[in-house]
Amino acid sequence: MNAHVEAPRAPSRAAGGEVLLRVDDVSLSFGGVKAIRGVSFDILKGEIRAIIGPNGAGKTSMLNVINGFYHPQEGTITFKGSVRSDMRPYEAASQGISRTFQNVALFRGMTTLDNIMSGRSLKMHRNFLWQLLYYGPARQEEIANRRKVEEIIDFLEIPQIRNTPVGRLPYGLQKRVELGRALAMEPELLLLDEPMAGMNLEEKEDMSRFILDVNQYFGTTIALIEHDMGVVMDLSDRVLVLDYGQKIADGTPDEVKADQDVIDAYLGVAH
Amino acid sequence: MDLLYDILIDPFVQMFAAPDFLLQVLWEGFVAGTLYALLALGFVLIFKASGVFNFAQGIMVVFAALSLVGLHALGVPAYLALVLALAIMGVLAISVERVVLRHLVNQPDIILFMATIGITYFLIGLGEFVFGGEPKSMITEELGLPTGSTDIEIFGGLLIMQHIDIAAAVIAALLVGGLAFFFSVTRIGRALRAVADDHQAALSVGISLNQIWVIVWFAAGIVALATGIMWGARSDVSFALQIIALKALPVLVLGGFTSVPGAIIGGLIIGFGEKLFEIYWGGLIGGGIESWFAFVIALIFLLFRPQGLFGEKIIERI
Amino acid sequence: MFYREAGQFKTSYEADQALFPVRQDQIGIVAVLAIAFVAVPVFGSEFFITSIMIPFLVFSLAAIGLNILTGYCGQISIGTGAFMGVGAYSCYKMTTFFPDVNIIVLVLTSGFFSAAIGMIFGLPSLRIKGFYLVVTTLAAQFFLEWCFIRIGWLYNYNDSGAIEVPHREAFGLILTGASAPPVVRYLVVLSIVCVLTMLAVNVIRGRIGRSWMMIRDMDIAAELMGVRPLYAKLSAFAFSSYYCGVAGALMVFFWLGAAEVESFDVNHSFLILFMVIVGGLGSIAGSFMGAAFIWILPVVIRGFPGTFGLDVGAATVEHINFMLIGGLIVFFLIVEPAGLARLWSVGRQKLRVWPFPY
Repeated sequence: MNAHVEAPRAPSRAAGGEVLLRVDDVSLSFGGVKAIRGVSFDILKGEIRAIIGPNGAGKTSMLNVINGFYHPQEGTITFKGSVRSDMRPYEAASQGISRTFQNVALFRGMTTLDNIMSGRSLKMHRNFLWQLLYYGPARQEEIANRRKVEEIIDFLEIPQIRNTPVGRLPYGLQKRVELGRALAMEPELLLLDEPMAGMNLEEKEDMSRFILDVNQYFGTTIALIEHDMGVVMDLSDRVLVLDYGQKIADGTPDEVKADQDVIDAYLGVAH
Repeated sequence: MDLLYDILIDPFVQMFAAPDFLLQVLWEGFVAGTLYALLALGFVLIFKASGVFNFAQGIMVVFAALSLVGLHALGVPAYLALVLALAIMGVLAISVERVVLRHLVNQPDIILFMATIGITYFLIGLGEFVFGGEPKSMITEELGLPTGSTDIEIFGGLLIMQHIDIAAAVIAALLVGGLAFFFSVTRIGRALRAVADDHQAALSVGISLNQIWVIVWFAAGIVALATGIMWGARSDVSFALQIIALKALPVLVLGGFTSVPGAIIGGLIIGFGEKLFEIYWGGLIGGGIESWFAFVIALIFLLFRPQGLFGEKIIERI
Repeated sequence: MFYREAGQFKTSYEADQALFPVRQDQIGIVAVLAIAFVAVPVFGSEFFITSIMIPFLVFSLAAIGLNILTGYCGQISIGTGAFMGVGAYSCYKMTTFFPDVNIIVLVLTSGFFSAAIGMIFGLPSLRIKGFYLVVTTLAAQFFLEWCFIRIGWLYNYNDSGAIEVPHREAFGLILTGASAPPVVRYLVVLSIVCVLTMLAVNVIRGRIGRSWMMIRDMDIAAELMGVRPLYAKLSAFAFSSYYCGVAGALMVFFWLGAAEVESFDVNHSFLILFMVIVGGLGSIAGSFMGAAFIWILPVVIRGFPGTFGLDVGAATVEHINFMLIGGLIVFFLIVEPAGLARLWSVGRQKLRVWPFPY
């Protein structure tokens, strides 16, 4: 996993794959503001899907809808075959959706280890009485999950900050810890909200490597919001473009790059 | 069946059987409401201007009143005592800013709240040390406040309105009007609102936090003095008032922590609600419900509107 | 150089996650327990045991309870006094109905009544967040205070409105009542506090404790990771109230010997909140330190003039106590908002590198 990653992008993975998540005609408004207007798209199993668009386009709101944090006024979400008009956070989490956040949402009072362990919440079941006793089944469960968490820490190359309270970590490392926490949930669909924001070139290369490894070795489907066009074009299988809450393009990176509407949106041509 | 009747029908029957008594109860509720509103006003001032819930407002009320009465007891004429008491509140404001607030810039609100609890205990100790713990009576006549009462014949009975209560309502209205005007129109008012939002941002645009805080706490001190005088005129000045100040919290929940007119509305709702419930329903459960009823009203409101009656709906972003 | 950890390697996760991984700490805790269980009963004066150690332990337990709710789960509460009262009154009623049942069992059971009441008043926390929660817990505090006065059944319709602790025995010893020896009472309280502290520490290091801390730090993120706010918050209220309830029962049965409503008033709620703030939010050790500080300091202050031959009125000493506590709260918040526990861990860090500066 430390090898220089230059994995070939396999286009056949995206074409003809099964649909993991489908969003149909979803609309979301807050009071008078329409954040998302009638957007439909799908995400295929095993692909890396980028969602791009100018600021305020509704990208984060879209992720929040998939997660169950926002509830759309119209439209449906289909995840792993079951259709619903909105998601509940607990359902999203237990069905295998996890995410990172635009403004790092780590648990500041806890260390790196505890934060990533918190991602194992759904995998731990020992009841209250065992917790009181601790020694015995509860501790065995802790140790087993600790092992998993240590694997993730190794994968993300952050063993030296294991016991540091996350509030003290630099921004780039915080984002990495947050990725670790999302990975700890062993998700089927991983939503990444600007995972490279505020990073320098080296950090971006590291993060890209991690994202590719997660997708290839664990088979995790990834949806990512990103502003760095180079990253988007290199990493993703397909790209969704949003502007003012509406879908303006949807296709492979090359198709989207050449799309006139996309160019207009980014250059700020009035429309 | 009987119980249902007692709860749902009988109180209203009683109300309309003796409308003059109902009017008296409503008047008492109104008076209590204005006094609560005055209490809440001090909290609103400081919260609006610095984002801090000043737990010490209650003890400031007591302290201001005690200073006034204490000075007068030393032989100082009433109006001079008033001015000196204001000066004492000014000194208090400066001390609080210099000793406490200055060192807690940019700390989370909960820390500042707990610091005000610390200030409260300190002032309780200081107040009892300097003025002694026994209740004292307010120097109402010497201040020129009206005494006596007016009786109005209505609905075949009598409505008794104490002049001091009417004066309290007038003073409260004047304070509310003045403060609302001050906040919305003046430059300082704008600066105060900036500070309430974000200390660091306010500093970065050149607003002097220290000055602002002294001004605000002094203004709260003025309101505290007015409140102390009016409360003290109705019942004696004692440290028990400090606990009653906790009741400002339900008022603020209803009226909003940053709304000056909201303090009046919240105060009136609590005042009316408490009195009506105590008189007409209180007997069913043993009376004395005034210690907790306001909180239950606030609790029920919060369940339906977690941001309070006038608060802004919090849209969480993540 | 005394506190060096060099040479102490951990070769398994179990060892790394042990409560006292450092050898020096292990020795330390054994020493503390030895002093508590052996030295204090043997060498301590009656005054020391009844007026310092027993109340210190009782308040530590209550502080642990409040710390779980406010420090670990982030739900601010000013109802601690009332929850202690629920424990005390339920223990009193149970021992009235079952005078032959071991009083220790009843004390531990009374916590469950507190837990139930705590959960009920904790329900609003699902809708109401942050500072507004103060309203809810104050409602609980004042309402329960009113109940303690109005519901005569609670104090067996006693004329004075107060409850008096009856004489109870077990294991051949007199445990409660006027003739219960201080050392016996102290050891019972100490044992209960030790066991309950251990249980609290266990729960906190496991998944339930972690879920509380997740809710405290960012409840939205916690929910998106599968923690259900309902379970987490209500379990925190229940667990915390259990501890406060047991503390209340211990306070009445093993320390005061009698109680009135004033023993559970809002001032006590604030007192315990101070202990938690000064000791450190989110720290069990801090709960003990805060309780020690807030409780023992006034006792020392009260004794101060006497030892120096100064004649100061008792009331004046009380006033100075208030001023001192208030001043100390402010001082702590300015200097170290994380409380004595943080000062202690900073001190240990310095000890680790001593005699070098860093």
